[in-house]
Amino acid sequence: MKHTISVLVENRFGAFDRVATMFSGKGFNIKSISVGETEISEVSRMTIVTEGDDQIIDQVVKQLNRLIDTIKVVDLAEVYHVERELALINIGIHKGSMEEIKNICDIFRGNIVDITNKSMMIEITGPPDKIDAAVNVLAPFGIKEMARSGIVALKRGEQVKIHKKENIT
Amino acid sequence: MEDRIKMKRNNNLLTGADIFFECLKREKVEYIFGYPGGAVLKLYEHLYDVDFLKHILVRHEQGAVHAAEGYAKASGKVGAVLVTSGPGATNTVTGIADAYMDSVPIVVFTGQVSSHLIGNDAFQEADIIGITRPITKHNFLVRDVRELASTIRKAFYIASTGRPGPVVVDLPKDVIASKCEFVYDEEVDIRGYKPTYKGHSNQIKKAAEVISKAKRPLLYVGGGVIMSNGSNELALFARENKLPVTMTLQGLGAFPGTDELSLGMLGMHGTYWANRAVDSCDVLVSLGARFDDRVTGKVDTFATGAFKIHVDIDPTAIDKNVVVDLPIVGDVKHILAELASEIPAPPDTSEWLAQINAWKDECPLTYEDNDGRLRTEYVIEKISEKTKGEAVIVTDVGQHQMWTAQHYKYNNPRSNLTSGGLGTMGFSLPASIGASFAVKDRPVISISGDGGFQMNIQELTTAVANKLPLKIFIINNTFLGMVRQWQELFHKEKYSFTDLGSSNPDFVKVGEAFGIESYSTDNPKDVGSLLDKAFSVKDRPFLIEFKVVKEDMVFPMIPSGASISDMMVNRLNPKRMT
Repeated sequence: MKHTISVLVENRFGAFDRVATMFSGKGFNIKSISVGETEISEVSRMTIVTEGDDQIIDQVVKQLNRLIDTIKVVDLAEVYHVERELALINIGIHKGSMEEIKNICDIFRGNIVDITNKSMMIEITGPPDKIDAAVNVLAPFGIKEMARSGIVALKRGEQVKIHKKENIT
Repeated sequence: MEDRIKMKRNNNLLTGADIFFECLKREKVEYIFGYPGGAVLKLYEHLYDVDFLKHILVRHEQGAVHAAEGYAKASGKVGAVLVTSGPGATNTVTGIADAYMDSVPIVVFTGQVSSHLIGNDAFQEADIIGITRPITKHNFLVRDVRELASTIRKAFYIASTGRPGPVVVDLPKDVIASKCEFVYDEEVDIRGYKPTYKGHSNQIKKAAEVISKAKRPLLYVGGGVIMSNGSNELALFARENKLPVTMTLQGLGAFPGTDELSLGMLGMHGTYWANRAVDSCDVLVSLGARFDDRVTGKVDTFATGAFKIHVDIDPTAIDKNVVVDLPIVGDVKHILAELASEIPAPPDTSEWLAQINAWKDECPLTYEDNDGRLRTEYVIEKISEKTKGEAVIVTDVGQHQMWTAQHYKYNNPRSNLTSGGLGTMGFSLPASIGASFAVKDRPVISISGDGGFQMNIQELTTAVANKLPLKIFIINNTFLGMVRQWQELFHKEKYSFTDLGSSNPDFVKVGEAFGIESYSTDNPKDVGSLLDKAFSVKDRPFLIEFKVVKEDMVFPMIPSGASISDMMVNRLNPKRMT
């Protein structure tokens, strides 16, 4: 099962590397990873999407906690949260295709951020499945290049526990 | 001690090198194992005049790390290492990985090229922080002399608390040379690092009830009991409740091997009765052990009928290899004491202990001793007798290591030093040197095979230079015996590159060349008198080569990844359990 894990780490030389090294060293899978600043200047937030059964996810969370530079680890699968991703998609344009692409872009509430007479770049933001859908619809027009940011996520303000694991420690 | 110390020397600011030694003094470092080089010249310049700490010059940086490990394991204190940049640093890697696998508290200080040269492929530059990231508990690159004191404080704190482990501190040359005011905080606060010591009291209560009701309980004891200094608590708990105790390789010594409740080691080369007990127990209590694959064999068939309780200070150890029924995270010493006080009534284990004794009689540890040829088991038994289980035994890796684990009856914790997790050949000699600085009142014995002995043979110089009363025993079977054993059993008897006999040196001459009184024997009758001679020497190293038969294999053996029911009790007649 896919899990999104939010990790607060010290904004310090090598902290990102420690997390990445732990994943590769332990053979855990990273589907996406994103890092950025938080409201506190010396703390960064990493949002990691990983996959595995309960025992593996349990180990991922524990191994992340074990790193000295991690401050807080939350498996967002256990709480209500918001997930967003940004994609920049560069699409080749042919005679007559521009209008259609623009329509699709509007349907997905995307923006056209660059255009030449051969290609046009669309910016789309949303939950990852929305990006997937947009990519699927746009693929027949010929995607020349694409960059996806990876997921960023935050838990919602009003916290309702979806399912609470038995407290074991 | 004052909580916060500020210091200037002669109204001048202190250099990084000054601060370095001020910090070591406050960490009460008595010995630092090291090797000088370009990037750490400034530190060695200061070391020349330091009197509170003794620098032990090794002959290879790997030796320094194993020596620090030996010192740390034997004393319970943090081992310290100082090496230069580049090759000096990379030579420590095997030792650091070894310390990581066996949770040994050491701090390794590596020199580094000057900050402005980092990343330039400068002379003797290596990215040791990147290299050691996956094999350290934590590591630091000190980028500013003002961070030096707090970093060293944190390094020692992290190495020695929670589940111990190695910490690397990388010191660029310019940082050591630059100056600042010395500010030292005794208190350490790392917000991302708060080890749990106290076990959850409800979990402990539950565990006590389960143990109390058990019919066939078994304590499975690992190195964590020794690290937490919990041996007394373990002995009280086991004896009061008549609970049999089996130990991992690292756990040997946590409970006296001569006690009737001791089943010896479990796992791949564990005793028949310990493994039968694991297979049949109804409650398995793991204390500071990690369900390593050499212990469990095939996980699906490991102790399937048992309710499993797992006590460990490291939450990641829980449910990592084997999913357990009742985890307790915390310090095993304290949890053992609490468990003992929470047990409502001791379980009735008399039938269970009788069953275990029957297994012991059914398949005792035996070896051939009627053909007049020398065998490792005999040598180990003699050492065990002569030292009454009181020596500090430092083994290498391979057959002799397993035979020592089976036949030496350790009475005390911190007496069995060996490379378990990583299985590092060449560990014994340097580690025994380190242990010799920690232990003055009991003999320290290094036991290696002929293969492993040659892997850090240069450290004989260190032993001689420091006049250590070290007993250096080489078990020479002219083979990489354990590999040979696997080749015979599982690889079509293709003894590929394991026969060292034709090219081995004359070990007596080697010893003598280093200035060590050295003997060799292949006669069981000489063993006693040679050992007497060795133990009578108290002011210098002493070397004995025991030439043993090469064909012998270590049994019992559970093949890698197999079940206890696949245990081979001897070579020709694998005794399969029904």
